[in-house]
Amino acid sequence: MAESDKNKIKSLADAIRDLVDDTPITLMEVCGTHTMAIARYGIKSLLPASLDIVSGPGCPVCVTSAQDIQFAIDLANQKDCLVATFGDMIKVPGESSNLGSAQNVEVVYSPFDALEMARQNPGKEIVLLGLGFETTTPLIASLIKSAASSNLGNFSVLPMHKLVPPALKLLVADHDSKLDGFILPGHVSAITGTGYFEFLETAGIGGVVSGFTSLDIMESIYVLIADIIAGRTRVLNNYERVVRKNGNPKAFNLIWEVYEPEDSKWRGIGTIPASGLHIKDKYEDLDANCKFELKKREVEEPKGCICGEILMGRKKPKDCRHFGKTCTPLYPVGPCMVSSEGTCAAWYKYHKE
Amino acid sequence: MCLAIPVQVKEIKNNNRAVVDNNGVNFEASTNLVENLKVGDFVLIHAGFIIEILTRDDAREKLALLEEFYQKTGRGKNGRE
Repeated sequence: MAESDKNKIKSLADAIRDLVDDTPITLMEVCGTHTMAIARYGIKSLLPASLDIVSGPGCPVCVTSAQDIQFAIDLANQKDCLVATFGDMIKVPGESSNLGSAQNVEVVYSPFDALEMARQNPGKEIVLLGLGFETTTPLIASLIKSAASSNLGNFSVLPMHKLVPPALKLLVADHDSKLDGFILPGHVSAITGTGYFEFLETAGIGGVVSGFTSLDIMESIYVLIADIIAGRTRVLNNYERVVRKNGNPKAFNLIWEVYEPEDSKWRGIGTIPASGLHIKDKYEDLDANCKFELKKREVEEPKGCICGEILMGRKKPKDCRHFGKTCTPLYPVGPCMVSSEGTCAAWYKYHKE
Repeated sequence: MCLAIPVQVKEIKNNNRAVVDNNGVNFEASTNLVENLKVGDFVLIHAGFIIEILTRDDAREKLALLEEFYQKTGRGKNGRE
């Protein structure tokens, strides 16, 4: 890191301390990459004790319901079926096992690889897990359109996408969460634009779209705190090198060309209205939910796991009896430990208090 | 999951793909999600797709924020920076 950046961060840390002056303030970030960056850079050690930064439901892998994961595992155990997924999903437990131990699973770096797999394996049904928030969904939407025009009969997508605003609305309405401001996800905003989050202003809570360097994050905390102390409520953009007010309209519109909102179950939290996406009828041939006769099964969440309360910002990993004992990154019990971007996984790796 | 990295565009191909350079390592990425891409642009890559073209400087809003920071704290320009 450049010496000038170090000095800026020190100045910002001092300025934040002066501004906060023992006022209790809680900020929430809602992006797994922010969770990891804040833990890795030791950002919290630079902040005053009365300023808390909690991690919300910012990891799409973590919040995918056990039922959806079990359905993917069941598909992967079918003969002549090959499930393609981002590697993040491999360890996540369903009912009793995970995708890593299922029979026919292939990890892909880019969703395009799954289309190539379909071309190379004409005797197999390739099912791509449609994961992710607004950042990743346009990629899968683009792929669905490509597959539709190339008439590949052996390719489909199992949509598991989640939308960020419905979860934020739930958090704002939840009085126990007691949040004062949001650090908003930089790469979701690259697609959606900052305007997508301006509903927060009417809901009476501000936010700042942030980049991912230590300086980006410290600046974002500073400007958000300054607004909170001054009683201003607005959505700021501190990632202007990437994020525009209207985002990337071409990518954002692709989502709505292929998908429609539907109610969706968030692991540990429950069903949030219009927070998921299903594939429109026009593309139903490419929807794994329509293509296979397999039924989704009810799957119980693990007992004693408090991931739901952690994701809502009410509790910390150390409050959980499983954390670091019966729940570790190698043997995860709950959703926050399964992905490396989960709150519990980040705590385990970086501060294990 | 929403991890994205900045890279530079080296070559634009005619099949909706571009060759990008990440610190000397070249690879291909999809250009399906962006418009008006040019060779030399810095772009953000997410899972094999270019998702946005970067602006070279952080421009107005950042400068305004820093100005406010300097005014409030007296630091920065003549201080510890």
